[in-house]
Amino acid sequence: MKDKNFVDLASVRAGLENGGSKRFWQSLEQLANPEEYQELARREFPVHPPKSAAPGVSRRNVLKLMAASAGLAGLTACTKLPIEHIAPYVRPSEEFVPGHPLFYATSMPRPEGGALGLLVKSNMGRPTKAEGNPDHPASLGSTDIFGQASLLDLWDPDRAQTVLHEGAITNYSEFLELLGQLRGRFLSQKGAGFRILTEVVTSPTLGSQLTSLMAQFPEAKWHQYTPLNRHAERDGLRALFGENLSVQYRFDQADVVVALDSDFLCSGRGGVRYARDFADKRRVRDTRSSMNRLYSIESMATITGATADHRLPLRSSQVEAFATALAVAVGVKGIAAGAQLPAGVPSGWLAGVANDLRQHGGSSIVLAGDHQPPLVHALAHAINAALGNTGKTVVYTAPIEVQPVNEMDSIRELVGDMNSGKVDTLLIIGGNPVYNAPADLDFEKALDRVKLRLRLGIYNDETSYRCHWLIPQTHFLESWSDERAYDGTASIVQPLIAPLYGNRSPHEVIGALLGDPGRTPHDWVRGYWSDQKLATEVEYETFWETVLEKGVIPGTEFPAKTVTARPGFGAAPGGGSNGQSAGAGAMEITFRPDQTIWDGSYTNNSWLQELPKPLTTMTWDNAAYISLAAAEQLSVTNGDVVEIAHEGRKLRLPVWILPGHADGCMTVTFGYGRSRAGQVGNGTGFNAYSIWTSDKPGFGPISQPRKTGERYHLVTMQRHNIITEGGRQLEEESKSAFQRDLVRVASLGEFRSNPDFAADPPEETVQAPNLYPRYDYSTGYQWAMAIDLNSCVGCNSCVIACYAENNISVVGKEQVDAGRIMQWIRVDTYWRGNLENPEAYHVVMPCMHCENAPCEYVCPVGATIHSPEGLNLMVYNRCVGTRYCSNNCPYKVRRFNFELYADWQTPSLYGVRNPDVSVRSRGVMEKCTYCVQRIKEAEIRTQVASRTIQDGEVVTACQQACPTQAIVFGNMNDPKSKVSIQRAQSRNYVLIADLNVRPRTSYLATLRNPNPEIKE
Amino acid sequence: MAAREPENVGTLVASGNEVLAPGHTYGSVTDKITAIVLTRGTGNKYKVGFATAVGLFIALNVGITVLMAYGVGVWGINIPVGWGYAITNFVWWIGIGHAGTLISAFLLLMRQQWRTSINRFAEAMTLFAVACAGMFPLLHMGRPWLFYWLLPYPDTMGVWPQFRSPLVWDVFAVSTYATVSLLFWYVGLIPDLATVRDRANKRFKQIIYGIFALGWRGSARHWKQYEMAGLLLAGIATPLVVSVHTVVSFDFTIAILPGWHSTIFPPYFVAGAIYSGFAMVIALAVPLRKYYGLEDFLTIRHLDNMGKIMLATGMIVAYSYVMETFMAFYGGNKFDVYMIMNRMTGPYATVYWVLISVNLVIPQLLWSSRIRRNPLYLFLLSFSVQLGMWLERYMIIVTSLHRDFVPSSWGMFAPTRWDWIVFLGTIGFFFTLFYLFIRFLPMISIFEMRDLVRKTAEEAEA
Repeated sequence: MKDKNFVDLASVRAGLENGGSKRFWQSLEQLANPEEYQELARREFPVHPPKSAAPGVSRRNVLKLMAASAGLAGLTACTKLPIEHIAPYVRPSEEFVPGHPLFYATSMPRPEGGALGLLVKSNMGRPTKAEGNPDHPASLGSTDIFGQASLLDLWDPDRAQTVLHEGAITNYSEFLELLGQLRGRFLSQKGAGFRILTEVVTSPTLGSQLTSLMAQFPEAKWHQYTPLNRHAERDGLRALFGENLSVQYRFDQADVVVALDSDFLCSGRGGVRYARDFADKRRVRDTRSSMNRLYSIESMATITGATADHRLPLRSSQVEAFATALAVAVGVKGIAAGAQLPAGVPSGWLAGVANDLRQHGGSSIVLAGDHQPPLVHALAHAINAALGNTGKTVVYTAPIEVQPVNEMDSIRELVGDMNSGKVDTLLIIGGNPVYNAPADLDFEKALDRVKLRLRLGIYNDETSYRCHWLIPQTHFLESWSDERAYDGTASIVQPLIAPLYGNRSPHEVIGALLGDPGRTPHDWVRGYWSDQKLATEVEYETFWETVLEKGVIPGTEFPAKTVTARPGFGAAPGGGSNGQSAGAGAMEITFRPDQTIWDGSYTNNSWLQELPKPLTTMTWDNAAYISLAAAEQLSVTNGDVVEIAHEGRKLRLPVWILPGHADGCMTVTFGYGRSRAGQVGNGTGFNAYSIWTSDKPGFGPISQPRKTGERYHLVTMQRHNIITEGGRQLEEESKSAFQRDLVRVASLGEFRSNPDFAADPPEETVQAPNLYPRYDYSTGYQWAMAIDLNSCVGCNSCVIACYAENNISVVGKEQVDAGRIMQWIRVDTYWRGNLENPEAYHVVMPCMHCENAPCEYVCPVGATIHSPEGLNLMVYNRCVGTRYCSNNCPYKVRRFNFELYADWQTPSLYGVRNPDVSVRSRGVMEKCTYCVQRIKEAEIRTQVASRTIQDGEVVTACQQACPTQAIVFGNMNDPKSKVSIQRAQSRNYVLIADLNVRPRTSYLATLRNPNPEIKE
Repeated sequence: MAAREPENVGTLVASGNEVLAPGHTYGSVTDKITAIVLTRGTGNKYKVGFATAVGLFIALNVGITVLMAYGVGVWGINIPVGWGYAITNFVWWIGIGHAGTLISAFLLLMRQQWRTSINRFAEAMTLFAVACAGMFPLLHMGRPWLFYWLLPYPDTMGVWPQFRSPLVWDVFAVSTYATVSLLFWYVGLIPDLATVRDRANKRFKQIIYGIFALGWRGSARHWKQYEMAGLLLAGIATPLVVSVHTVVSFDFTIAILPGWHSTIFPPYFVAGAIYSGFAMVIALAVPLRKYYGLEDFLTIRHLDNMGKIMLATGMIVAYSYVMETFMAFYGGNKFDVYMIMNRMTGPYATVYWVLISVNLVIPQLLWSSRIRRNPLYLFLLSFSVQLGMWLERYMIIVTSLHRDFVPSSWGMFAPTRWDWIVFLGTIGFFFTLFYLFIRFLPMISIFEMRDLVRKTAEEAEA
């Protein structure tokens, strides 16, 4: 290969002679290799996006425009923005009092389709906090981390803020003019050469718009693409039942659940609801209560596996064999018996699971993970059918997608068309295909062949950068729309604020292509639903008001479909195995969404970036997760960079040893390694999409990863993950946690024979003498919190809710590494058992609000004091920052502003802050307050009404967000309050009772319900 | 002076056991000590030393500026280790100060003659060490500009300090200590300032020293009042030797943290303070006697005595280490046991074992009088003890905090460059002050030495 730095002097001279001595030249390379130099210069000083045609504003045009705008300037006084009524939840708007927040029902579209219903708090027209909508089936009042964090995206200063044409600022009317021309052309050519690429559309209105657009332009095509798509499930169901279906699970009726590499708790379309239903079947009140039983077969250790009663680590490719064997064992017909059970399944395990399932026919669920091939999904549903679960715990409905497609095929077709020059105009709405399309399709290169590339996007991201036009897209809190939930229920996406930067919604852009550029998204949505004739015309106004108020359109959930399983589904198209299993001795790679930033949609969300990932507590990065055995085999340790080659593409990334990960495989997560995410997300982590291919989307074999010798510093919140120091650290920390009785676990059987297993000995719980006088806690409200660790799945929703509610600062990777993360509530993880398949337990740690608070008496200025209601308060203004309180806090829940962490510079971030909570400055201690602002709000409200606060009237932010309702808060002086009832349970315990600090936060011990048939 | 000058005859060969070498008269003592201030000028070695100290002092200013600009986050502290170098340095410096007070007050009341020649610079050391120590509680605060909230001043909001906090007690203890030390030192200086004033040959010096001599004429009445004042101040200062470090130890014992919450701390801290303080006095005395030729005044006897005190206090400290470990196991509290085991075998085990060697094992050499009477060995040993005492405080603070009750919050502390700069900067500050002191003030009490000449003469005659 020619050395690229080599400059051939002869060609330099030739170059000079060619151009004559009068020519200016910039470097020798320019003279020697003019073409290469052009290329170099282009890379160095890119002119992006490439010009399609000279826009050419002549002097004459400028004058024309000036005249026109001067004329129009006078007209603006005559325009009146259309009034679009939004309706607040529960409290009607007449009650609006300045300073008092109102709640509006809306819904958050997920990147993979499906909605999560939200109630969003609006302070004087400024959305500041998202809560779950109790009336929405996917939420029931709770949210996941994305529902909470979506709010921050609205205020993200990195959002696209102006219409860009070839990198230059222009305006929307220019774009409308272009759309008008395009429409004219498409009408005459039937839309030939026109393509639209959207994410998976589950919005009925947008769907109907797109459908009618396609009807107008029959030659045009609408493609849908989302990297984390669900076509494997859909294909599996189609193979089994012969039609496109959506599936929903009724965990509230399932006694036995078998998860085949499925992380169904708190992730995906129905995740929040599933977690609630699952936890409801697990709630234990007394020894007579029953519990469901969860078996999790998974490649990577997830929170679902950590919650499971039995967990089995298997490589992703081995799940198929396990599922086949399970299908045979429960008696699914048409499966060839005698399939080889993968090595590593303990003897009796499969039989135990199968017997348990058979005994719970009609009340069990078998479900497969999204990255599993269609065959595994088909097998899971065949098992469900054989067990009689269909229609009971597993319900099939029409697909909630407006037009179900195989997203991978869809984008493959689009890329094919682009490469063959069939596409001259492409409109990309949402998504980010340049970043997240499979690497083998080389979407970016294909995109460059399209003559006119239009883009409606929230960010000027990788895709927007490659397009000629960028129209800033609305955040869902800025625009009208609608979305279907996992069960088909339609809900309205109601805006809480006018678009911050004049952003446009997809309804408007598609509307303009439909020839109706003036119609607002509100009119589109309202028009669509009025066409559905859900109410008579007379009643429509009231109906619409109710819909807006509740956020949900009643009666729109899809009815259950009766389906019949077809034998021989394994042979049906799409049903077969993709041949993805790794050969003997080779490694296997599994691709998954990231636990906190998902598919990359949230890369620029600092709350989610800083959120410690479940189990690993890693922040700000991703890694290749491997088991301890695999690490030993590769002789790597945490932070060692390996090079992995998948399908001929290479990626270098550090490894992280995850206890409980299956051997012989590694997991990489999507969403990181972005170049144009924004100031938060740029440069974090490693891009797994760069080695991801369209034919092996779930997992596939890789050759042995090569140790590069480089190191990369990965940062975790909990230090115990340093397990490779001879395995000692992990052992010590988790062992200490159990020795100290921080985690108390029993099996259901043990609990029944000894209900008081979690109780502390009486000498540790009596009020020991104290030098200082006691507070009197016998009267008034005495606030307390009880956390049911048996319900907690460790999803982290509470943590993000706390960030949003209490204006908690994000500190960045370096400061997290320095031990200065600011979260007021944290999810601690402890492991027990061997490193190959340990049990993992979570302990949620807010402030304990100790009655004898050790932090209070050591503060020299009285900045942390006790309220008569038992709250341990922090007076920020008085704090001088000695940090003595934190040193003396046995639970280490206090957080200190070591530097100025709050962002005072970015105006748009002012918007997200809760006006009821002060923003802390440098040098001040802070900590959980039990959401004192909410308590005070309720107290003021009830005092005005001359009554006392009822149980359940004060809900802390963590409690409100918790999908499993594990957190209960209330007045412990009221014997009927939920918190008193929880505290009276035999499983109730406090952490480190013998310190006599008397915490107000107590815990209900964890229970497990193992199958007695399976001996481990 | 009319009286016949007594001459300290004794044996003409120094045995090393006297507190003042033989052959000195009132005049020779006065000449020798005032010469350092008035006539000898500054030598090159002094200049190099002073420049180094000032350089470090400038670094301290840079360190403090950065600290004020960015906050305590420039240090390595975190959650769980909320205190790091700052409090370690605070306790270390204030401990060092204790020897000066012990020598000047406690030994005065005990009528220990050998204290006379080391008393002045030991007191100066106390004062400067307290100045260094006093800096840290302010610097370590998140919002140091609000330090006065720790003082009980009449606030319009009616807010007082929170008196249950040992940090408030600290404010009283340290500020009392600083005030008494300053007064004691200054009062002790007055007759000598008058001597220097009388001997000064330049107008400017006469005026300056004259102002600070407060019109001392050396009348009998003056002396009578003066003796009484000295005794009273000694009486006030003596309890401070015990109380200040007891209160400082309360900063730890009042907390509930394993490794801090211990009744053994007050005596352990006081002994440790005197231990490190004498080490510092030796570290200062050995070079001083060498470079200023003060072997006659700072004799082997002094070094020997100080070595003995170090040995005694060092044994108390060693006993405390043993008892701390014993009590953890005897008490059987799982947190205490873990804390001790973690100190000995955890990530900071090196600190612990280095501490044991330099603070406990090496000082056993002091049993040998050959070592005690050898200035070089003693000088080196004093560094071992000072390092040891610094590590002791570091160990108490960091190893107790970094792994306390809840394992998920366990962390590590690593000092940053700003931790080091501020720490070394205070050493620079200390020596800057000390260099100024030895240049401009008589570093040995002249009038007390003259007294000593008389006393030793009387003893020799008897």
